[in-house]
Amino acid sequence: MTDKKKTVPGTGLVQGLATTFKNMVTPAHTRQYPDVAPELAPRTRGVIALIEENCTSCMLCARECPDWCIYIDSHKETIPAPNPGGRERSRNVLDRFAIDFSLCMYCGICIEVCPFDALEWSPEFEYAEYDLRELLHEKDRLGAWVESVPPPVALDDAAEEPKEIALAQKSAAKKQAALDAEQQGSAE
Amino acid sequence: MSSLTWWLEVGLRIVVVFLVFMVVPLVVGQMEHKAMAHMQGRLGPMEAGGFHGWAQLIADGVKFAQKEAVVPTAADKRVFQLAPAVALIPYLLALIVIPIGPGTQVGVDLDLGLFFALAVMGVAVLGPLMAGWGSANKYSLLGGLRSAAQLMAYELPMLLSAVSVAMAAGTLSLTGILAAWHWYWIPWQLIGGFVFFTAGLAELQRPPFDMPVADSEIIFGAYTEYTGLRFALFLLAEFAGIVLLCLLTSVLFLGGWHGPFAEQHLGWLWTGLKTFVLAFMVIWLRVSYPRLRADQLQRFAWTVLIPLSLAQLALTGVVRVL
Repeated sequence: MTDKKKTVPGTGLVQGLATTFKNMVTPAHTRQYPDVAPELAPRTRGVIALIEENCTSCMLCARECPDWCIYIDSHKETIPAPNPGGRERSRNVLDRFAIDFSLCMYCGICIEVCPFDALEWSPEFEYAEYDLRELLHEKDRLGAWVESVPPPVALDDAAEEPKEIALAQKSAAKKQAALDAEQQGSAE
Repeated sequence: MSSLTWWLEVGLRIVVVFLVFMVVPLVVGQMEHKAMAHMQGRLGPMEAGGFHGWAQLIADGVKFAQKEAVVPTAADKRVFQLAPAVALIPYLLALIVIPIGPGTQVGVDLDLGLFFALAVMGVAVLGPLMAGWGSANKYSLLGGLRSAAQLMAYELPMLLSAVSVAMAAGTLSLTGILAAWHWYWIPWQLIGGFVFFTAGLAELQRPPFDMPVADSEIIFGAYTEYTGLRFALFLLAEFAGIVLLCLLTSVLFLGGWHGPFAEQHLGWLWTGLKTFVLAFMVIWLRVSYPRLRADQLQRFAWTVLIPLSLAQLALTGVVRVL
């Protein structure tokens, strides 16, 4: 048998009363949600936002989606050659980008897989509808959620510089050099 | 006194008693909603009426009034329909004889006040028995039988402890008891007060003595078949019973309108304060303790409360003789 400590009879009864009284005078846990906005975690997965300018209609997200809930329509447009005598270039133009949130399971694979960071998590969560079919959101609605996307987490102090910066600096330097050469030519 | 002023006074007293009877139980009910919620880490009603859900019980009443009043086909119709009234009206009658303040601040100053109050409160417990028998439902019947067993066991200690106070004061009149009251009666009648309050809780079938309505076993006991306004009347009877028990306990054992100061002018405030503190105790006990089993219930009544109340009687007698 476990050794029981000898206590005054009724101690448990008093402890029970004390517990409930303490509970009463401490603030309740209830969140008054519609009246008071909830405090969300910093990287909350609320909804998927689309930055349309970044999208190249590469279809990677649509193909990786386990639920097949992303719909993309696009067509090719040709743009004139950048240099005279060069070859015409073709470019994808996005016609339709839609996510069916009645199917989406918020796995985030589309966001991980997008090579151009066109998809981002937004903490927005109040987009309930009365009909399942109304949860299919087109690119204008997806684009409107970009506003609420938080900025990316800052890099560590000792982190390597992102290669995009070096790349941008390199092309900027190249353009500057070309500009300088042109100016020198015109001066002479 | 001319007969017109007499009638006016009678009318006024009836109106006041009726208002108290309609309002105070609702206040206690709201207190139960809020206190219980906070003890459980919730907020309780917050929407009805705007400010912290103060109108929740009014909204509940409106809702109950709109519901269909169903009477089961197999039920004993007359008994089934009368049961809520039998449960509720005795509390209204008992309220008439309870003094709220000194002097004439009592509905009717009855010489047999204590006897009358306890007798009509005894009638009130017939309500659940009638409901249990009349519903033609096995759960209701079980609940009614449990009520009967419980009320049999707890009526005795309640009466014995009330008798102790009547012995101490030498009168059955509630105003007479309060007139004879001294502060040292509180320690003197302490055991009696404990027994009276506890037995009263059991009479009202309040947790932890709520085995007759144990929802996990017999749905809602005798009230299972009730809907709409009749169900609401049973709920109102429960809260009116709490108010009555707390009022009686404060009058008999805590000195009623007696207080440290201003007894003559603010006596009713002391009575109200004591009543509400006791009502809070009723709610607090409900939240804190689990339900007693049938055998625990009976053992508690017969082996603890009755010997205690007899000891109190002996103590009162000895002190009186000395």
